[in-house]
Amino acid sequence: MPAKVITITSGKGGVGKTTATANIAAALATSGAKVVCIDADIGLRNLDVVLGLENRIVYDLVDVVEGRCRLRQAMIRDKRLPELYLIPAAQTRDKSAVSPSDMVRLCDELRAEYEWILIDSPAGIERGFRNAIAPADMSIVITNPEVSAVRDADRIIGLIEAEEKGPARLIINRIKPEMVKKGDMLSAEDVLELLAIELLGLIPEDEEVIISTNRGVPVALDGKSRAGQAFRNIASRLRGEKVPFLELEDQSGILSQIGRFLRRGGG
Amino acid sequence: MARIIDRILNRQTNSAYQAKERMKLLLVHDRTNLSAKVLEDLKDELIGVISRHVEIDEKAVRIEISQQGREQRLIADIPLKTPTRRRLG
Repeated sequence: MPAKVITITSGKGGVGKTTATANIAAALATSGAKVVCIDADIGLRNLDVVLGLENRIVYDLVDVVEGRCRLRQAMIRDKRLPELYLIPAAQTRDKSAVSPSDMVRLCDELRAEYEWILIDSPAGIERGFRNAIAPADMSIVITNPEVSAVRDADRIIGLIEAEEKGPARLIINRIKPEMVKKGDMLSAEDVLELLAIELLGLIPEDEEVIISTNRGVPVALDGKSRAGQAFRNIASRLRGEKVPFLELEDQSGILSQIGRFLRRGGG
Repeated sequence: MARIIDRILNRQTNSAYQAKERMKLLLVHDRTNLSAKVLEDLKDELIGVISRHVEIDEKAVRIEISQQGREQRLIADIPLKTPTRRRLG
């Protein structure tokens, strides 16, 4: 089965690209799929530390591109999830060390053997973003319900469409239902209406994300965490399953109504 | 009745409502690269061109950007002065 290459991007930094990449990858790998994640944030690598694999890096993405090692040598295998691999970013180089065509070549080499290739894009709209998006079959834009993140998400959605890597699908991260209820946070419906793209997932604000990141264990592996459940739902939707969205809204919210309707229909 | 008015007023002062209204305008400008000033200039020029061929009600001319999903459309609403209105005026 040939791989699907998915790039996770946001425009703005700090909205959860790396956390989302690590958790979607872990959730996909839990079901036995062969998954590779690639940290495309050269110079500011972090996917390794979020996945808890930082002590096992020998070679990185730039070593592969510049021919200092074979691709397999740069792939770190996760011991908890034997079908999950990481290709780490170089820490001492910058984005210009890799080109968009290098990324396409690298993914083409992986396509035959893996089912999912997830690329963690750097923030920004420059070279690093173009490297990350070049090999994508599908793009995921992640935002949170703040004006600056939504604005940058809109910009990046436009660029993805211009690169013909669309239509992008949306994840809204760090939703605080109590604030939404009080009218002090944009609701998922608001953000969805503003950005006008297909919704892939809603992630509630959850302290477990910080705790699990401290430990280097993706929260998607924690059966009790709400955010973990949201990431597992995203993985299911990527596999083509119909999963209702988590009920994070005020009871009158459209999404929660759809959610209740789907749950009723699905039993 | 008072409660309904309160709710409407509250809705317009709550920060999420303000954020959404600001974002609607901002995103249109980001996507189209058209500022309010450019739209105003465009309106004046359109009035100039069209007035050379047909009499229009200049004060009622409206130029707006409408949205459908991620598509933007420039909508010009230009009322013509009808013969009856001319006679009255």
